[in-house]
Amino acid sequence: MTTPEAKTQAVELTYREAVREAIRDALKRDERVFLMGEDVGRYGGCYAVSKGLLGEFGPERIRDTPLSESGFTGAGIGAAMAGMRPIVELMTVNFSLLALDQILNTAATVRHMSGNQFGVPLVIRMATGAGRQLAAQHSHSLEGWYAHIPGIKVLAPATLEDARGMLWTALQDPDPVLIFENIMLYNMSGRLPTDAGPVDIDKAVVRRLGRDISLITYGGSLWKTLDAATTLAAKGIDAEVIDLRSLRPLDDATIMMSVAKTRHVIIIDEGWRSGSLAAEIGMRIIEQAFWSLDAPVARVCSEEVPVPYPSHLENAALPQASKIVAAAMAALGRA
Amino acid sequence: MTAPTDKPRLSREHVLSLLKQMIRIRRFEAKCAELYTQEKIRGFLHLYDGEEAIAVGVIPVLEKRDRIVATYREHGHALVRGVPMTTVLAEMYGKQEGCSHGRGGSMHLFDRATNFYGGNAIVGGGLPLAVGLALGDHMQRNRLVTACFFGEGAVAEGAFHESLNLAALWGLPVLFVCENNLYAMGTALALSESETDIQRKAACYRIQAEAVDGMDVVAVEAAARRAVHAVRQTGKPYFLECRTYRLRAHSMFDAQLYRDKGEVETWRKKEPIVRFQGWLEANRMVHPDDLTRIEADVAAEIADAVAFAEAGTWEPVEQLTRFTYGEKAA
Amino acid sequence: MAEFRMPSLGPDMQAGTLVEWLVKPGDSVKRGDIVAVVETQKGAIEIEIYQSGQIEQILVDLGSKVPVGTPLAVIRAEGEAKPSVAAPASPPMTQPVPLVAPVPIRTTAPPIAAPAGAVSSARASPAARRLAREHGVDLSTLMGTGPAGAVTYADVERRIAEAVPAPEKKRALWLDLEAMRTAIAAAMVRSKREIPHYYLEHHVDVSACQQWLAHKNVARSPDSRLLFAALAIKAVALAVPHFSGFNGFYRDNKFEPAQSVHIGVAIAIRGGGLAAPALHDANQLSLDELMSRMRDLVQRTRAGRIRSSEISDPTITVSSLGERGVETLYGIIYPPQVAIVGFGKIVMRPWIVDGTVESRSVINVTLSADHRVSDGHVGALFLAEIGKLLQEPDKL
Repeated sequence: MTTPEAKTQAVELTYREAVREAIRDALKRDERVFLMGEDVGRYGGCYAVSKGLLGEFGPERIRDTPLSESGFTGAGIGAAMAGMRPIVELMTVNFSLLALDQILNTAATVRHMSGNQFGVPLVIRMATGAGRQLAAQHSHSLEGWYAHIPGIKVLAPATLEDARGMLWTALQDPDPVLIFENIMLYNMSGRLPTDAGPVDIDKAVVRRLGRDISLITYGGSLWKTLDAATTLAAKGIDAEVIDLRSLRPLDDATIMMSVAKTRHVIIIDEGWRSGSLAAEIGMRIIEQAFWSLDAPVARVCSEEVPVPYPSHLENAALPQASKIVAAAMAALGRA
Repeated sequence: MTAPTDKPRLSREHVLSLLKQMIRIRRFEAKCAELYTQEKIRGFLHLYDGEEAIAVGVIPVLEKRDRIVATYREHGHALVRGVPMTTVLAEMYGKQEGCSHGRGGSMHLFDRATNFYGGNAIVGGGLPLAVGLALGDHMQRNRLVTACFFGEGAVAEGAFHESLNLAALWGLPVLFVCENNLYAMGTALALSESETDIQRKAACYRIQAEAVDGMDVVAVEAAARRAVHAVRQTGKPYFLECRTYRLRAHSMFDAQLYRDKGEVETWRKKEPIVRFQGWLEANRMVHPDDLTRIEADVAAEIADAVAFAEAGTWEPVEQLTRFTYGEKAA
Repeated sequence: MAEFRMPSLGPDMQAGTLVEWLVKPGDSVKRGDIVAVVETQKGAIEIEIYQSGQIEQILVDLGSKVPVGTPLAVIRAEGEAKPSVAAPASPPMTQPVPLVAPVPIRTTAPPIAAPAGAVSSARASPAARRLAREHGVDLSTLMGTGPAGAVTYADVERRIAEAVPAPEKKRALWLDLEAMRTAIAAAMVRSKREIPHYYLEHHVDVSACQQWLAHKNVARSPDSRLLFAALAIKAVALAVPHFSGFNGFYRDNKFEPAQSVHIGVAIAIRGGGLAAPALHDANQLSLDELMSRMRDLVQRTRAGRIRSSEISDPTITVSSLGERGVETLYGIIYPPQVAIVGFGKIVMRPWIVDGTVESRSVINVTLSADHRVSDGHVGALFLAEIGKLLQEPDKL
């Protein structure tokens, strides 16, 4: 209910609930949409994202699958080609490796191989990231790998608005869209307007305006970066924070405008350093904003080690606000 | 709908059609081999010699709206399905007049008009796709059949098992057609499968399955009629193992070190065209004039296709990055 | 007649070796027949023919490895008349062009002095460089506050704010003596490190030159007089074409004799600089031309208006200390040259002429040469030739 005085009503909810709302909203608006994946139905979703949806929409539209990532991802591709709008949930990016062949060799390439006769309007959602001591095989951040592939789009919603709004836009896209939900964000809560709706899926957004240094990041690292910006502000450094939101395509224009202004840049990326998405962004900055730079492009990434189990080691392996602060200070010659 | 037609009607017209389709494929493949040696066709080329009875027996049984998923050895399937020979050959040349706009080549023939979903170079890669097409039809209550052709080599891939399981579990209208030609590239079946009776694997997933002599086009058609009817009626999957043999090498560049020439010759004596033509001649259902006419028609069609492909044009390089992403849906 | 060519059987097949012919001339073949066996990297593959007719001629022998597309045999189609002469074999397909080896990178010698427009070797960020360029700020005059002393944008901004007038830089950084000395130092260190110098000294009676010059200059104004230096340079220029081991460049572990004779003339610059720009084709210049060009070179050198080509292409250098100098000068070779001829000052000395002692004008001529290219024997001959030429100044 809205009172005449209130312009918009907002509700307190978690990131997980925002994703659930996005799925529910899509299922209601478009009967071609259905959700398919392991334990999405009776279990309610590994991260409880789809809790309650089976009861609301039934087993045809909330489809539990066997442990057959390749099989059901391919099935999602085929169903999309046959006129449906499936949302395939791969439980985590770690298991998506079993479906890599279908994602790369079918989903990403059918349009091209068929000379534009067939497209694959499929959405694949996956949980990603580390931080819960799940150890080496359950802690990958492979968004950068997927962002390497022409033919698909890759998104990293880091805010409630994006968790709520990106899915519908992705479902309208004629090409495969991969949405990465960082596991550390599911419990994050905040306020979201009740009329929050679809958002664009190809632009980066400046989350904090600044003058001294650009901090470019995505997904789970956004909040660490904003924390770092707060710390830097206390030290008299005014950091600009950019949330990439779309990892493929990358919003070069927003990035370069920021770098031209601040002349210093750190890229924060939870993937491993070598061959990371940060490396790609760094290269683009060299290509497009070289003459603006007043310090080398720097990055804060995960250390070159499989993610360890004990928390002190896991923390040391991953990007942290303190590392971002240190990198920023060094870049500005204030180390 | 008409009554279940599970027996082929062997009218003169029909048998000549079966024979012609097989000969048409055989001559086309021979022309492809020739063109490949002249470097007109490049990359990999996989020919269907000896297996024609399967495509010719199964595909005409399907309806136009049904869907077909095939492998990289799919020229015969595309031709029988009705993809014009001109656009197939142009595609293999890489010309933009090809059925996939020249972008795919021999292994990636696609045709929307005939619901031909490719052409796939990943062994086993088409099975999950076929399951998905059938899933879409199942959810939209389309009463369509998706025929998925694959070699027995695919049976080793995890995707085969995942796909059969899903199709059976969810009751999806997939006709799995396993073209068992006894060799996965250079590896004999007995050296790669603990259970070489392939139809039994499908039976383990509780899919109705049968094996048929893939060298007998009439037997294949009869089995296909049974199978397609069952899939369309029940909406459930069916598994047809067609036992056949690949007369040529796996691809053009294959010295066939893994098999005996004597074995090939033995199979050559019982290959589908020889068998069917022999049977027709013995039963006086075909006359020498018919054969002459068939060969002439086929030769003319092939010559026409070659001319079409030769005259085809190269897509301008400036358009390189087209067909990576689509336009936004209306 | 048609040709049966080596078929392409695979995307990575470039050639095949014919190991067996299954047909011979005169045999009939029909489309689809296996006619030969070809050995490839994958093994032996039977190849079929796509034409029908008669084998007219086999073109390739067994055991030959031929590229895809090479004609292997000539086929006469059914019904075709037998030709009266053998059909000429068509030329074999051109071999794939081998990858051209990349041209080795030549490391040119560092110029003797800083070239025009030298970029400061100071570390500066791209943003700082651009700002500096836009405002004409000389980066080398800034103290950088960035990491490892790098010049930052803020450093340049501060300089601009101070509005310190930039030093007159109408002539480029050529007269940056600091940079010049640094470059000379680098060149000389390199020379001494890499070039095995040997030294020869020759005493030459140049009385004839002095007399000739006096005679020549009597009617000339000072700015058009001939100086001994011109005679010296001309003598060297005329001698050196006969001794190619002293005229050219030693690069990439080998000596390249130069076709032309460009004499590098060592010129001292006020303030401590030194340059040795070239007098091009000195052996072809008349003495007057040579003198006038030398004057021009000296003037321009001292004014900082030397062209970079004049710096970089002397083929041999002549250095003279003139009247103020000492009697003997042992020069250091400017790499990549291989010799330097030094002239000391002309002094009166007792000299034996026809058995008696006379007073003569004598000059010590030295040769410092690269022992990788020449040895004392030829060096001595070279110096002797110079000495000889100086006995007949009118022929120079």
